[in-house]
Amino acid sequence: MSTPSPSPAPTPSPLSSVAAPGPTLLGRIGSLGPLLGLLALMLVATALNPDFLSVSNLTNILTRAAFTGIIAVGMTFVIISGGIDLSVGSLAALIAGGMILVMNALVPGLGAGWGTVLVGMAFALTLGAVAGFLHGFIITRGRIEAFIVTLGTLGIFRAVLTYLSQGGAISLDLGVSDRYSPVFYGSLLGVPIPILVFALVALVGGLILNRTRYGRYVQAIGSNEQVARYAAINVGGVKIATYVLLGVCVAIATTLYVPRLGSASPSTGLLWELEAIAAVIIGGTALKGGHGRIWGTVVGAILLVTIENVLNLTNIISVYLNAAVQGVVIILVAFFQRGGRK
Amino acid sequence: MTTSTVLRLTLLTAALTASSALAQTKQIIGVSIPSADHGWTAGVVYHANQAKAQLQKLYPTAQIIVKTAKDANEQANQIQDLYTINKITALVILPQESAPLTRPIANLKAKGVFITVVDRGLSDPKAQNAYVAGDNNGFGRVAGDYISAQLGAAGGNVVVLRGITSVVDNQRNAAFQAAIKKNANVKLLDSRYGNWNRDDAFKVMQDYLTRFPKIDAVWAADDDMAVGVLRAIQQAGRKDIKIVLGGAGMKEMVKRLIDGDPLIKANVTYPPSMIAEAMRLTVESRVKGTPLAASTIIPSVLITKANASKYYFPNSPF
Repeated sequence: MSTPSPSPAPTPSPLSSVAAPGPTLLGRIGSLGPLLGLLALMLVATALNPDFLSVSNLTNILTRAAFTGIIAVGMTFVIISGGIDLSVGSLAALIAGGMILVMNALVPGLGAGWGTVLVGMAFALTLGAVAGFLHGFIITRGRIEAFIVTLGTLGIFRAVLTYLSQGGAISLDLGVSDRYSPVFYGSLLGVPIPILVFALVALVGGLILNRTRYGRYVQAIGSNEQVARYAAINVGGVKIATYVLLGVCVAIATTLYVPRLGSASPSTGLLWELEAIAAVIIGGTALKGGHGRIWGTVVGAILLVTIENVLNLTNIISVYLNAAVQGVVIILVAFFQRGGRK
Repeated sequence: MTTSTVLRLTLLTAALTASSALAQTKQIIGVSIPSADHGWTAGVVYHANQAKAQLQKLYPTAQIIVKTAKDANEQANQIQDLYTINKITALVILPQESAPLTRPIANLKAKGVFITVVDRGLSDPKAQNAYVAGDNNGFGRVAGDYISAQLGAAGGNVVVLRGITSVVDNQRNAAFQAAIKKNANVKLLDSRYGNWNRDDAFKVMQDYLTRFPKIDAVWAADDDMAVGVLRAIQQAGRKDIKIVLGGAGMKEMVKRLIDGDPLIKANVTYPPSMIAEAMRLTVESRVKGTPLAASTIIPSVLITKANASKYYFPNSPF
């Protein structure tokens, strides 16, 4: 990966629409919108129930955010390049079911050890990358709208899982499950592994987006595809790579999800696509593409999970209105961060 | 699956070559059920297909068509197709939702189709000929009585996981709350929606554990939700919880009960096989021309270690 000539941090790329020379104070506050929203929500939550700030609750929130958060990091690339992927929830379900079946099949030969788990993970990553490649290939070479292609695969992936599970749940062999469960329940230096993986994925994602030529190409294509083409950028290839990246992110999230309950069912990953897309947009990435930021996506993912958590920790709002509160908070945050975009 | 397709094809061939006398008494029974989106509905699909194979063998003049639908809208279209294309004479339906399907079902009844409604009652009972259902009041009551009896005079704190906003869920919860009220020392801390699935139940339980320092019993109300609840308790390493009561009799949970799990000591039945019972009653009544009781309620009973073997079906997906 080559790094373009060193330049000050907020370099507005000539193709990007963030061209805001010397951001105003209001603009600066606006670009911090999601973070301020999250802090405000945390203040409210602590006032309602002091247990909110307990270490165990905060780690619960972050581990939950890890699934959709990791997917949302990949989704950020796809959306910045001007694409969309609606199939991620179904793909997660299919990968979960597929890797469980593969691991169960390996138990008689390989035993219920790490070998089996590693093969299962490798299978998951391969399946994710292949699915992503297929998306990218059909979208760019077949010239079909990303919305339609991934809407189609949304149905296909979940239907295949439902078929494989005969509508029930696919459960992991108990021996493998015991060996595999530390990947979700374990921790390193006191930090749960899903949170570490989430942080690592976000960090790598941020580096790729902001510090590599590839990241700039992605932004350029989303900003103006025609101009990017004239600039001799391999538009098709870059786009395919964004979908492969997202597929791999889905696979990483799934390898963390499977050890949690040790099963996949047709309700696995339901609506994750909307949560991931919402996290990306709340974080300040433009739905029309062109520019975006990984840290915003991370905050967006955490914010979405926090709303749900706060509602569960208090009794002041009727459970029937949970979805309404979530809606209001999402719109409010989007409203405050709109100053950051022109 | 393939054997039933083969069976269906042979039956179809048999039907085509059958005499005209037979064709007159031929009964085409449509079965419309929700698609398998969680464990219990997967059980419904399994039992419907099992019953189809058995009943067609038993009554060669009956042809049974099983269709699944993912939502109320699809189901409404589906029963229309069953009438116009398959020319069904009877319909066994487990409606996705009560209100939106009442009118489409009433339309079929007006055209002379015999209607058996299963599990979820219609908003207008006149739209059906027969009703076969599980006992939702009983489901909540048996669970409430069990928990309050187990906590005894000392009482304790109870948290509840609810399913999806629906009539069934409301009935169960009202009955559960009425039952635990009889024991003044049992305190209901909160009820939240876990949507009858493992992932949501896991999250809701995690938050209960954060919020309440002492919980004595959890009414998970569904065995899929109980799976998520158990994982959350295990993760938090909490020892205060004495009872986790699921429901519906999923085979893995009945197995745990038999094996003597410290938390899972009982279960309450709500058998997905009620669809098979409804199909059997309908086909018998249609083929023999006998009347069918307007309402058949399949009671919910408590499963304990003593009677668990009767409710353990290792071959079912649920």
